Amino acid sequence: MSECSCTESKKLEKPLVLKIEKIVDEAKDFKTFIFRHRLNAKPGQFVMLWIPRVDEKPFSVTYQDKERFALTIFKVGPFTQKLFEMKEGDKVGIRGPYGNHFKLEGKNVVLVGGGCGTAPLGFLADEMKKIKADVNFIVGAKSKPYLLYLHRMKKSGVKTFVTTDDGSFGVKGFTTELLKTFIEKNRLDKVFACGPEVMLKHVVEMCLKAGIPCEVSMERYMKCGFGVCGQCCVDNSGVRVCKEGPVFSAKKIKKIAEFGKYKRSASGKKVKL
Amino acid sequence: MLKTRICGIKLENPTVLASGIMGVTGASLCFVSENGAGAVTTKSIGLEERKGHPAPVVLEWENGLINAVGLSSPGIEEGVEELKAAVEKSKSPVIASIFAPTTKQFGEVARQVSKAKPAMIEANISCPNVEAEFGKPFATDQKAAAGVTKIVKKNSKVPVIVKLSPNVPNIKIIAQAVEKAGADSICAVNTVGPGMVIDIKTGKPLLANKAGGLSGPAIRPVAVRCVYDIYESVKIPIIGTGGVTYGKDAVEMIMAGALAVGVGSAVHYRGIDVFRKVCNEIIEFMEKEGYSKLKDFRGIAHE
Ligand SMILES: Cc1cc2nc3c(=O)[nH]c(=O)nc-3n(C[C@H](O)[C@H](O)[C@H](O)COP(=O)(O)OP(=O)(O)OC[C@H]3O[C@@H](n4cnc5c(N)ncnc54)[C@H](O)[C@@H]3O)c2cc1C
Ligand SMILES: Cc1cc2nc3c(=O)[nH]c(=O)nc-3n(C[C@H](O)[C@H](O)[C@H](O)COP(=O)(O)O)c2cc1C
Repeated sequence: MSECSCTESKKLEKPLVLKIEKIVDEAKDFKTFIFRHRLNAKPGQFVMLWIPRVDEKPFSVTYQDKERFALTIFKVGPFTQKLFEMKEGDKVGIRGPYGNHFKLEGKNVVLVGGGCGTAPLGFLADEMKKIKADVNFIVGAKSKPYLLYLHRMKKSGVKTFVTTDDGSFGVKGFTTELLKTFIEKNRLDKVFACGPEVMLKHVVEMCLKAGIPCEVSMERYMKCGFGVCGQCCVDNSGVRVCKEGPVFSAKKIKKIAEFGKYKRSASGKKVKL
Repeated sequence: MLKTRICGIKLENPTVLASGIMGVTGASLCFVSENGAGAVTTKSIGLEERKGHPAPVVLEWENGLINAVGLSSPGIEEGVEELKAAVEKSKSPVIASIFAPTTKQFGEVARQVSKAKPAMIEANISCPNVEAEFGKPFATDQKAAAGVTKIVKKNSKVPVIVKLSPNVPNIKIIAQAVEKAGADSICAVNTVGPGMVIDIKTGKPLLANKAGGLSGPAIRPVAVRCVYDIYESVKIPIIGTGGVTYGKDAVEMIMAGALAVGVGSAVHYRGIDVFRKVCNEIIEFMEKEGYSKLKDFRGIAHE
């Protein structure tokens, strides 16, 4: 019987308090928060961000180097509103990194990001460039002011393709329509996607049909982030999105019966998507 | 070798998933069952929909976990639906944990969950994290504890477990009171405390609820002592819960008198397959020490 070394050898699952080093206006209603801390995350992983006396919520890592990491956050509700009121130098807590990650593989790959789902793909694009992949990034938003990372991607040699719902920039329409042309015209090794679940559902179906390996990252309501509370378990496999996920292969996601249909709220009640 | 029976219900092994870890949905209970749990307990189900406390709701400190989830629950209809899914598909027996703010409502919740035909019902009268709302837990008063036991018994067709709190001066009196009131089994213990962890950089308590119940390795000696005391004072079987992480911990609980052992926080320490691991370690221990049945060493700490 092995003795317990669990309290010694690994870091504790409690917030590490950090100062917000820098806040960047990324796009309309999007801010990027930069922290000085060596996180050692992998693309697709997330952290729990704690605002003392307010709440704590999950956010994906969008950027990482040896000294820093960053989160890009979309203002949607009370927590993100509060965060947007914070200033450089203010203290917040970070737990993580949590969850599994995208597998870095493929020579010719496409990344499909919709809305704040674009955040983890920024980090993924950086890492895929490091292994010399040909990275094509399809970025979707409702309109031009909401577009993320165009400059950042151009700088790192990632080919970006833009769609907006209203046609105010790039192609008018959905990211999935662009992906369709990509699949028809190219030999792709892998597709990665993160964004609204309807979009992910289409991406998964297209890739399965075309026989292209595909990984998508999904969101569910999370409380603990380290696999204890059971809040983010999905039907019918019961796996935890915070632990066995948030990244699932197209094949695995087909086994998640609720995918694209419903999710559970903080109480555990089902909510239609 | 590990087969056991509690209130006539057959368990493949004595490990039981403790309430509130994983068990929010039917599917998650089945996932735990596939990972070797002898029985699985649902997250406590209540009448009304509750979001629970804001986060953080569970954190780790040096020697265990601290939590104040705040009894989140989808409400009775969806709770029963999830329970039904678990009862239908789980390989191991399903225990329905229930909670309520009043004795009367405990009866109503028991009646409702009975529809899903769980193997047993566990009355959680010992949650320390909703005091601001619900007042002192029923488990801290022998009359209140007995009152809930009676009404849950009256509204259930299956064996009733009463889950006790370690945070009382004399747990024997409470155990005797619930046995007398008709409890078929006792689960001991719920979380210890409540405790508090303050972040020294911000000077703020870490849990949104500020205080929370302690679980995991640090509370094991408290849990073992409670099981020991209860074993001396009642005849009904005990599910020993609190800090069980390794096979040796389960053995210790059984030696104190437990028939089965609850496993909760260890899901964090050792992964979802902790149930299988603990079982293998119990077998390893038994083979080494020459025991062939759990009964051979149950309660031997009292001899
Ligand atoms: C793994 C993961 C990674 C994420 N990465 C990012 C990111 O990089 N950038 C970003 O802007 N957002 C991200 N999110 C979403 C982010 O967690 C929510 O936008 C945030 O919690 C909203 O809180 P609020 O109080 O501002 O809004 P609310 O009005 O409370 O909620 C707005 C939406 O966020 C969802 N949400 C609220 N709380 C949670 C929670 N605890 N867990 C999961 N979803 C929740 C709600 O269901 C609702 O759909 C991620 C979510 C998950 C699960
Ligand atoms: C996150 C968490 C949530 C819990 N929720 C409940 C609950 O809803 N009902 C209940 O009876 N006990 C609940 N408990 C208590 C456990 O069932 C168990 O009694 C306690 O954690 C001690 O066991 P352990 O050390 O193996 O975790 C919870 C414990 C934790 C850690």
